Amino acid sequence: MAVITIREALNQALREELERDENVFLMGEEVGAYQGAYKVSKGLLEEFGEKRVIDSPITELGFAGLGVGAAMVGLRPVIEFMTFNFSILATDQIINSAAKMLYMSGGQFKIPIVFRGPNGSAYQVSSQHSQALESWYAHFPGIKVVMPSTPADAKGLLKSAIRDDDPVIFLEQERMYGLKGEVPDDGDFTIPLGVAEVKREGTDATIVARSLTVPLALKAAEELEKQGVSVEVIDPRTIRPLDIETIIKSVQKTNRVVIAEESHPFCGVGAELSAQIMERAFDYLDAPVKRISGADAPMPYAKNLEKLALPDIERIIAAVREVAYL
Amino acid sequence: MATQVVMPKLSPTMEEGQLARWLKNEGDKVSVGEPLAEIDTDKATMEAQALTSGVLRKILVPAGETVPLGQIIAIIGEPDEDISGLVAQAESDAAPAANKQQIEERVEAGQDGAQKELAQVVPGGARTQETIEGQPLKGDVGGQATTGAAQAQTTASDKAQATATQPTDGGNGQRTGGRVVVSPLAARMAADAGINLQTLAGSGPGGRIVKRDIEAAIKEGQQRPQAQAQAQAQPEQRAVETRAQQPAPQFQQPAAASASPYRDEPVSTMRATIARRLATSIGPVPHFFLTTEIEMDKVADLRQQINESDKENKVSVNDIIIKVAAVALVRHSQVNASFQDKVVRYYERADIGVAVAIEDGLITPVVRAAETKTIGQISREVRALAERARARKLQPEEYTGATFSISNLGMFGIDEFTAVINPPEGAILAVGAMQPKPVVRDGQIVVRQMMRVTMSCDHRVIDGATGAKFLQTFKQLLENPLLML
Repeated sequence: MAVITIREALNQALREELERDENVFLMGEEVGAYQGAYKVSKGLLEEFGEKRVIDSPITELGFAGLGVGAAMVGLRPVIEFMTFNFSILATDQIINSAAKMLYMSGGQFKIPIVFRGPNGSAYQVSSQHSQALESWYAHFPGIKVVMPSTPADAKGLLKSAIRDDDPVIFLEQERMYGLKGEVPDDGDFTIPLGVAEVKREGTDATIVARSLTVPLALKAAEELEKQGVSVEVIDPRTIRPLDIETIIKSVQKTNRVVIAEESHPFCGVGAELSAQIMERAFDYLDAPVKRISGADAPMPYAKNLEKLALPDIERIIAAVREVAYL
Repeated sequence: MATQVVMPKLSPTMEEGQLARWLKNEGDKVSVGEPLAEIDTDKATMEAQALTSGVLRKILVPAGETVPLGQIIAIIGEPDEDISGLVAQAESDAAPAANKQQIEERVEAGQDGAQKELAQVVPGGARTQETIEGQPLKGDVGGQATTGAAQAQTTASDKAQATATQPTDGGNGQRTGGRVVVSPLAARMAADAGINLQTLAGSGPGGRIVKRDIEAAIKEGQQRPQAQAQAQAQPEQRAVETRAQQPAPQFQQPAAASASPYRDEPVSTMRATIARRLATSIGPVPHFFLTTEIEMDKVADLRQQINESDKENKVSVNDIIIKVAAVALVRHSQVNASFQDKVVRYYERADIGVAVAIEDGLITPVVRAAETKTIGQISREVRALAERARARKLQPEEYTGATFSISNLGMFGIDEFTAVINPPEGAILAVGAMQPKPVVRDGQIVVRQMMRVTMSCDHRVIDGATGAKFLQTFKQLLENPLLML
């Protein structure tokens, strides 16, 4: 297996799917000539030409709508948002058109579209450009929401997302594009949507982490192991549909849960997870579900404050020790 | 590194604490979780536990002394460590104010300020860190370490409280907060294992009972019966012989002068199992019910004769029932009993609680030693108590400490009903109306005054046959009152 970065894994997935299905095309700001703001689409314009790799104007609502229209007539668009902060401009097309079309057309129009791009915090890009928007999109029936945390997951899940007949929000993380990991060489390697992965097995507490917090949770688990605490780390990978069964099974084993997320806590995915755990595994809980989230405040620009606003290994360790009554 | 132990804040309103008793002496080893001292707060006597291990090097506050929150009360350290600096610091007494503030903050930050914890320790006098956790005195669940706690003296205010409410608790200390705080998992595990949460002290925040507390209790429970079985295997037979030689058991005099003397017998393994299993079935007191119908014609005649001979003092059927019940109870002491967790308490006297309906509720004044009193005496006493009850003038000692209760709803035309046991009593008798009914006597249908009674029994102390035998005697005596003579 090759060891590559998430950036390269996404690039491979796009290339393989563009090769595999001529209906697949990529559109977004700077995806062509500039090869993507984060170089995810490197080499694709050269390889597949202007009809398959399209530079759009700076008009998110417009090109998101173009994508939905294209999907309605049978193409499989991959729409890149330079960051998901800009997708806020396109929410009418995503939520009102893409998510509802299959339902409102009585099943006549499926929308096999992927909206992808970096989500969450980056490096000192302040309040408007550091938002984690998964709870927005996961809120609405009709959209799938995917959040990979490793190169293999990024590749396998993006390929599945492109092949899926429903609209998929595919949330990458700017801080993680350079993260390296093993990826199977098989050109047809995919990971099904809606299946969580136990990233590390343990018995004393479960950390449910996604995207940015998965590597933090794994490091926290390593540290905790030295302190004699055995921690299970679960990455749902797909927020919707959510593989709650895997999480519940883990909670039944460990009886304690910490949810680590970089998004704001209020009405977040962690809140949903917490509610479902309470509903389905109340009698297995030995401690209240603990959330470690990003600060409930706009992201500060200052580097020191930015660090304090995000979850870190120390806070995750402290949370695990708290729920384990240590 | 030596650490200073400070006076913990053991109740939300506590400003100072009296060191009731040191449970460790200077030079004793202490380890995490071990009780260190008992401290009288403004609310209760609480146990301070060490969360750090070492040797209790120096006691700075002797038993009996009252000191403010945060004052250094002891030093824990290594056996050969130099603690002179810490002692000097303690004596200069610079720490209390700062420590107290920290303690206050911790308590306020705690989720459940109420019975929360906190003695603190100052390592090397520098950084403050929590090393002692105060807990309400707990029952002897583990069969160890808490014997002292169980015997701990309570404060005067607690005693007043204890008599004002029902004395529900014998040897075991009582939880001060009332509500049991328990994790859902621990609650389910306890239910599965048949463990009474009331007997546990939680190790989680705010005294929350968590998984590890249940696991510990289960482990204790598994070890204890084996150990007990071994210990008891030999003496068992001798004990039986001894009992046979001493038909008159020794009764102890209770603390309250008005209460009946009693003898405590250890709860046998089987009795403990019955208690545990049944308590998981219906609430904390597993009730069962026995009903019988009694021919009351002779009692009615007796009552008439008494009332004709003493016009001043009209006795009621209920007065006779009280007398008869008392006589039957003394003959069946297994029913005149109370389940006390570790022991079954058998009472010498039949102190009968008589349920009296009053505005907005009911109260059960007690006729003491009813078996020794005449029906006339009982009648006078009940009337006086009932009047005082309705006037709400009963003193606590007049309505607590019954060994058995009677509730009569016959005057309301109720045929039969079931009453709820008033813990820690073992049983209560629900008496229905006396009314003429056709019954078969010698193959003939005749009319008799019939009355139905139902006894609710605490299955932890009274088994079906035991209760039935009592009722049999009760019925016999009522149907042939002369047998009482």
